[in-house]
Amino acid sequence: MSRQTLGYGLLLLLGLVAPALAYPILVMKVLCFALFACAFNLLTGFTGLLSFGHAAFLGTAGYVAGHAIKIWQFPPEWGLLLGTLAAAALGWLFGVLAIRRAGIYFAMITLALAQMMYFIFIQAPFTGAEDGLQGVPRGRLFGVLDLADDINLYYVVLAIFTLAFWLIHRTIHSPFGQVLKAIRENEARAISLGYDVAKYKLLAFVLSAALAGLAGATKMLVFRFATLTDAHWHTSGEVVLMTLLGGMGTVLGPMAGAAIIVTLQDQLADKVGSLVTVIMGLIFVVCVLVFRRGIVGEIGALYRKMAGTR
Amino acid sequence: MSEVFGVPLQALLGQLMLGLVNGSFYAMLSLGLAVIFGMLNIINFAHGALYMMGAFIAWMSLEYLGIGYWWSLLLAPVLVGMLGILIERSMLQWLYKLDHLYGLLLTFGLALIIEGLFRDLFGVSGLPYTIPEELAGAFNLGFMFLPKYRAWIVLSSLTVCLLTWFMIEKTRLGAYLRAATENPRLTQAFGINVPLMVMLTYGFGVALAGFAGVLAAPALQVSPLMGSNLIIVVFAVVVIGGMGSILGSILTGLGLGVIEGLTKVFYPEASATVVFFVMVLVLLLRPAGLFGREK
Repeated sequence: MSRQTLGYGLLLLLGLVAPALAYPILVMKVLCFALFACAFNLLTGFTGLLSFGHAAFLGTAGYVAGHAIKIWQFPPEWGLLLGTLAAAALGWLFGVLAIRRAGIYFAMITLALAQMMYFIFIQAPFTGAEDGLQGVPRGRLFGVLDLADDINLYYVVLAIFTLAFWLIHRTIHSPFGQVLKAIRENEARAISLGYDVAKYKLLAFVLSAALAGLAGATKMLVFRFATLTDAHWHTSGEVVLMTLLGGMGTVLGPMAGAAIIVTLQDQLADKVGSLVTVIMGLIFVVCVLVFRRGIVGEIGALYRKMAGTR
Repeated sequence: MSEVFGVPLQALLGQLMLGLVNGSFYAMLSLGLAVIFGMLNIINFAHGALYMMGAFIAWMSLEYLGIGYWWSLLLAPVLVGMLGILIERSMLQWLYKLDHLYGLLLTFGLALIIEGLFRDLFGVSGLPYTIPEELAGAFNLGFMFLPKYRAWIVLSSLTVCLLTWFMIEKTRLGAYLRAATENPRLTQAFGINVPLMVMLTYGFGVALAGFAGVLAAPALQVSPLMGSNLIIVVFAVVVIGGMGSILGSILTGLGLGVIEGLTKVFYPEASATVVFFVMVLVLLLRPAGLFGREK
């Protein structure tokens, strides 16, 4: 247990000094996507429901937060809150519909619903269509802290991430989280033990959507704009890839996956152009064929093996 | 000029025809998905990318080799089918024992690779492909002009769909196929080479997508994004129809195309989203899909 605390302490320390080592905006982007992937993992890794529509929550929260801050001139904390709530509400709607089917249909339904939101965003008057919602001011957090300063914002983003991660960690290790894992492992048995499986699935879906929304709203604040890209199905695929690469159903995997993919995209973008998509596709194929446990999962398995032989 | 609900009859019939054209593509693609799903238990995300490839094969063979439309109609499905067999043998066959979702993830990766490669080679703007001269022009039906090519799309895809239905439901090969779908181990015990049938099924399913791609080439612009734009709608069609029945897939595809066409006339703002709304309704009223059965 103490070793685990030490590990998290080291990670937090790394987070605290990171802006001195790398470009703060990039690190913030990593944190936002790490939160996005952790939220996704809560649903897919721990409950066993593969959502292919999580971009809808990221995108919706970005638009709502951006609109609240720019047009209604709300302070940033209210923007973040409203974005998160909007994503949670959308998550409830998606959840109610999608959990009526299981397995492969669940994935297709979430994808189709997210695509519907994408088309709505293209036509809606408040999203700015192809241009997106641009020039959103970052404002002052609680009226005091000036977020226009990248370093100030960085520590706010780090705090948001840490709190959300703590919440996810707490959820996974709570009795509620244990029931979710039971549903993943053997749904029929969970039902026979008297659990209202549909309710648990829905709650997990809403929680995951809300946290994905928090990530989207925060990301909007970092970049000062919300665009269609965040709501596109490519983004839904990206978060699947991050989680798969890092390790589905592991606590730290999505974080590692997000860090790798975001950094990779950042490095490759100006070198290979549209071939980035091809590289993402290749990583997907390799992960599925030979690397299904992901980086963190493989390390964990290796560790257990060594501990077992000793 | 006669009108229906305040809409000129000609506009209505024109959109209805376009709806049937779109519906034919939905039908062909969802049929391929259903056939593959029945046998492999995999949702083929790469279906849209392979459909796009079919269109590009037609475009490239005309542009670089001077091979015309009619030969492409034969060549593209064969090439796409062969690529499908290659994919099945080299990758998909290792996933059958795992959770079905891995098949979705793998084919999603393949879709990204194929789409990315074509985007890198051809950019995102569409390339034109002229309608073959035999099918250029239009029939004058008196009350409307019917472009020959649109009629050809609907007729040929319906023929292909019905032939597929006939093959699966009425021939010996189809009986083996249905047996292998129902119980692969028992079918194998009777001496039928099930892995071979699985391989051919995947090849055939994606060949249908390739064929649809060639049909689409003159009607739409040939573009690397044409597949991914279509495939998500087709997924919704599959959710609506359920994948249990062949005729069900065909009917659902055509029906939704027509609904989409009518929406374009009466409420154009919703034409991009109407299929998804229908999906929501079906999920609320009949979660297993119109023709589906819960497994």
